[in-house]
Amino acid sequence: MFTLLNLDAKRGAISNMFTSSNWVALTTLWIKECTRFLRIWVQTLVPPAITMSLYFVIFGSLIGERIGQMGGFSYMEFIVPGLIMMSVITNSYANVASSFFSAKFQRNVEELLISPIPTWAIILGFVGGGVARASLIGVIVTCVSLFFVDVHIHHLGVIVITLFLTSTLFSTAGLLNAIFAKTFDDISLVPTFVLTPLTYLGGVFYSLTLLPEFWQWVSKANPIVYMVNGFRYGFLGVSDVNVGISLGLLVVFNLVLFGLVYVLLQRGTGIRA
Amino acid sequence: MHALNISGLKKSYKGGVQALKGVDLKVEEGDFFALLGPNGAGKSTTIGIISSLVNASSGDVSVFGHDLHTEKAKAKSCIGLVPQEFNFNQFETLLQIVLNQAGYYGVPRQEARKRAEKYLKQLELWDKRNARARELSGGMKRRLMIARALVHNPKMLILDEPTAGVDIEIRRSMWTFLKEINEQGVTIILTTHYLEEAETLCRNIAIIDKGVIVENTSIKALLAQLNSETFILDIEEGNTPTLDGYEYRLVDAHTLEVDVDKEASLNAIFIQLQQQNVQVKSMRNKSNRLEELFVHLVESGRQKGSNQ
Repeated sequence: MFTLLNLDAKRGAISNMFTSSNWVALTTLWIKECTRFLRIWVQTLVPPAITMSLYFVIFGSLIGERIGQMGGFSYMEFIVPGLIMMSVITNSYANVASSFFSAKFQRNVEELLISPIPTWAIILGFVGGGVARASLIGVIVTCVSLFFVDVHIHHLGVIVITLFLTSTLFSTAGLLNAIFAKTFDDISLVPTFVLTPLTYLGGVFYSLTLLPEFWQWVSKANPIVYMVNGFRYGFLGVSDVNVGISLGLLVVFNLVLFGLVYVLLQRGTGIRA
Repeated sequence: MHALNISGLKKSYKGGVQALKGVDLKVEEGDFFALLGPNGAGKSTTIGIISSLVNASSGDVSVFGHDLHTEKAKAKSCIGLVPQEFNFNQFETLLQIVLNQAGYYGVPRQEARKRAEKYLKQLELWDKRNARARELSGGMKRRLMIARALVHNPKMLILDEPTAGVDIEIRRSMWTFLKEINEQGVTIILTTHYLEEAETLCRNIAIIDKGVIVENTSIKALLAQLNSETFILDIEEGNTPTLDGYEYRLVDAHTLEVDVDKEASLNAIFIQLQQQNVQVKSMRNKSNRLEELFVHLVESGRQKGSNQ
């Protein structure tokens, strides 16, 4: 009887979560976030397109021709998925970190704190903005890559799922960074000293099989290896790691990070006195 | 039902600063209530806790019967907040700011547009709806925050120094607007440093100092505590006047200050001055009545505190 009552209460709580008011609040925040990065498209959408074009020209066309084949594909074909993933990671992270920190800095985060919008909707609204920007940039970089190479698609489902899970993960990580950040320097430290090295060492430009066995094991402790390889599998059908493990890890990382951010925001860490 | 019921509210900040030392406060539904106090008294902390911007250390707050801990969403839906500092995104347009705020309260877009138009028009901001917030003057920004706070039709509006830094004309028009809103049934809680504002607008008042409510009564009852008022008389230079039965000071050759008991007649002063051939050119209160009481109450509260 007690258990049944508890179950009913839980079902009630879950159905209350998705009331029309909460849905309106969530979509409002998501649209606001999308409008923000589209309004400043010169800062948010153009730079990754230019940077990736340079990567394609220098590493793909100029140096790549001398490298030859990698994993059974031309070097240019090999690096395309990794470069798309690199821009997805950096942009999803940067979008949410800068947007949430700006909201703290200008104090307009108070608009959310005083309103009845639930914590989960605040997280999904900001993360949704990061996912939208990352997806758009993923499409832009893919379009840019078409000027240099024919893009294969081995498994569209894996591409979409990996892109979605990776962008949600790094958007949530950006939110976590912004929660603790006190100055603008604080939101550039993690991308500079953590994200960039991990991305460059995450198998974007090389196959792990080229490394000595010890360094292959070390590389497998880098979570970005799983994202890049999962994504590469979706395009080329080759991967240095098991795709199932890759997707499983992404789900676990997402759940852990969402839970952490939820607890912090619920407590008011970094946003309430 | 009380619009606001606060009991035993305490707040200690990191570093040991105790901003609130057990505040108890009740505000009736439909009231126009003033919360006054010197800088650092605990006004903004109290408002911060009511509006969920500050976590309380202990105590209970309920808004229209909804407990702020257990029925947070319902309690929040009843409150509209106009904070002391501008806290909107400076790069968004006025319409976006108001529409987004409505959305956060679950107001559907179509309805939000109607309300945004209504309040932006009432506050004379409709023509500026597509301007970015940073392009507005200080007075316009203040009015924008009022429109934003009202867009979800709150039952209680909290204004933290809403007229700070705005010119007299805009201040008066804001007073008229707030009176109208209050007449429509919205409970208003106002903090201000302009005591004339509190005296003009509010029916009830609480004075807070050093985290404690030192007075909580109606404006009428508070003003009735005044035993005397000081008047300043501008006189023509000539004879040096004397006044029997009054405390008075000749500040300079043209200015006479007279303390008058609440029950005493002013006519007697003029009769005495006329008998001495002293011409009075004009007369005014030395200071706002509420201002005198405010200073008196805060000082006596501090004396009590130091004696304990």
